[in-house]
Amino acid sequence: MRPAAEDLLITVLRDPASTAAWSGAQWTQAFRQARYSGLSGRMAKVLLHNLQLPDTQCPPALRGHLQAAWRVCSAQHAEVLREARHIDRALAGLGAPVVLLKGAAYAVAGLPAASGRVFSDIDILVPKASLARAESLLTMHGYMTTEASAYNQQYYRRWMHELPPMRHLQRGTVLDVHHTILPETARLKPDPAKLLAAATRLPDTQVLHVLSPVDRLLHSMTHLFMNDDMSHALRDLSDLDLLLRGLAPDDPIWAELPARAQALDLGRPLHYALQQLVRVLRLPVPQQALDHAARQAPGHIVGATMAWVWSQALSTPALPRRPVLRELALAALYLRGHWLRMPPLMLLRHLSIKALGLHKNDQDSSETPNRLRG
Amino acid sequence: MTVCLNELSLPDVKRRLNSASGLRLQMGPFTTSVQTPLANVASSVHQLYAGYPLVADEVFTDFSVSIRRPASLRRYWNPQVTFGLDGQEPFNPLPGDQGFPLLEWGLNWCVYGMCHQYLILHAAVLERGGRALILPAPSGSGKSTLCAALLFHGWRLLSDELTLICPRTGQLVPNPRPVSLKNESIRVISELAPAVHFGSRIEETTKGVVAHFAAPDNALALVHQRAQPGWVVMPKYRAGSPTLLQPMEKARALIHLAENAFNYDIYGREGFDMLGRLVDNSACFSFEYSNLPEAIKTFNDLADAAQGPAPGGGANA
Repeated sequence: MRPAAEDLLITVLRDPASTAAWSGAQWTQAFRQARYSGLSGRMAKVLLHNLQLPDTQCPPALRGHLQAAWRVCSAQHAEVLREARHIDRALAGLGAPVVLLKGAAYAVAGLPAASGRVFSDIDILVPKASLARAESLLTMHGYMTTEASAYNQQYYRRWMHELPPMRHLQRGTVLDVHHTILPETARLKPDPAKLLAAATRLPDTQVLHVLSPVDRLLHSMTHLFMNDDMSHALRDLSDLDLLLRGLAPDDPIWAELPARAQALDLGRPLHYALQQLVRVLRLPVPQQALDHAARQAPGHIVGATMAWVWSQALSTPALPRRPVLRELALAALYLRGHWLRMPPLMLLRHLSIKALGLHKNDQDSSETPNRLRG
Repeated sequence: MTVCLNELSLPDVKRRLNSASGLRLQMGPFTTSVQTPLANVASSVHQLYAGYPLVADEVFTDFSVSIRRPASLRRYWNPQVTFGLDGQEPFNPLPGDQGFPLLEWGLNWCVYGMCHQYLILHAAVLERGGRALILPAPSGSGKSTLCAALLFHGWRLLSDELTLICPRTGQLVPNPRPVSLKNESIRVISELAPAVHFGSRIEETTKGVVAHFAAPDNALALVHQRAQPGWVVMPKYRAGSPTLLQPMEKARALIHLAENAFNYDIYGREGFDMLGRLVDNSACFSFEYSNLPEAIKTFNDLADAAQGPAPGGGANA
């Protein structure tokens, strides 16, 4: 009775009008998948705002939840814009550009990818030479490092491409400060100086910048397809879809993407991204752009394996089931994400420390329902 | 025709709870599917949700939740329970006998953590003569005891924990669920209302002993009847205190409500306006008590004094 073959959430994203005759049970399943994937706000945007789904085609209770999800997104959107102003003020004296990345950049640039999106933290990129000064300025303005354990502090600072996350004392907002977009130990070596040089200043700010449109796309693609954590994979793919959908087939961006990807050593993530955008969300991509990007494709065996792994990671399980093969693919991507970001011996050391729990202090971050135990 | 849970036998309830689609109940405005293989949770559900309507599989389900043993070897020597929603387990597991309280906490979390279609206060809410009495208060203020006591003296339960405010109409939306009492309150209410039937007492939760009793019949019968704002009262139990009902400034009441709101930040300016209208349409008081019969009389006098159809009338600060 459960429509096993069809991924209902992907149907909502791909072809929302086809939900017209859905049963309550199908809506239940699609909305559970949306919650699971962090896409309930996007579902609200697609159904309530784009499609203006009439009352008769959507259970009233679902409409309530979509409105709730939309409220959360709108509140977070406003919060991100406010926080960007705070960051601008805090880093005004940095003497270097501060580039907002991902969600925060979509929001300040007013891009459709910001709409119906939840924001977990704010990512910024600063030149490596300005990193220490940025950290001290941020600390003076109330952002405190969140990693208490010495190993994790070391891990971030020595090997990663960012400082340990910083949380603002009063506002509770979390900031990730990057100095490049992939770890310095990673196989791919995009030069952050090229990104910074092409970034554009945001009007009415002192130091805030956003990446150029092409770099923004490549960064989001790299983030998604080089990552070890796939919990927001479908959301990130949907963001990319919104960034690209609506471009005319002769838009210069399609030609710039492969060229810029090559210059930044990001050809492989571009190939995966276009391939999966077409396959999963049916994004219309000009054939020439696909062909051009496919020059960076892996060989047949790796290519076929990766295509299968992506198809698993970019699906949503028919909840409450958690298919073993999908879990396996996610585990493989976790290892791959680490494999790609550090050399083998270092990876072995890092994973051993994680597995033995040596990186932990006595803190448990998972939530308990204390508030209502009263 | 509505069929209620009490028309099923306990084995039937257990079987449904253990099935893929779960036991599907209408709980106030929410359709909930509950899945659990655990017999003690099943008996509590059978007893405390007896009067709730069953819902067909085709109906849209707001929450599909589960209570089960976590997948760890620990289940063999020190079993725990964990709450699941949509394939995720948002809380730490609890000791094995706390399945039913965990279900209740989890269902509350589903509402206050996600149902931002309502402005939600951490407050008990009751109704009499069409008007709502809102008792916003943090834990330990005697809010639950007071709420439970009033239920046996002419007040209808909307919720003992979560006040749902409709942003369009400003009305209070009933969401009656089993009433949770702790420690001494359990004895106090047993003495006050000897007929009330508590579910099993769970010892040694983080807050001591917890026991639930089912939402009264009238709360379930009138579940679709929303209430207009009537009174906002900040209760405080203080041992030995005289019964003291004092008018409270509306501005202070508003701040108090905002502090007790779960999603005031999400509502922003609209939330401020909603709470402003709520205190404008309510008589606002602070209330100290130690003697429960006197407290009940105070609130019944308050309700009796505010006759007539105009909502939000009555004693005013």
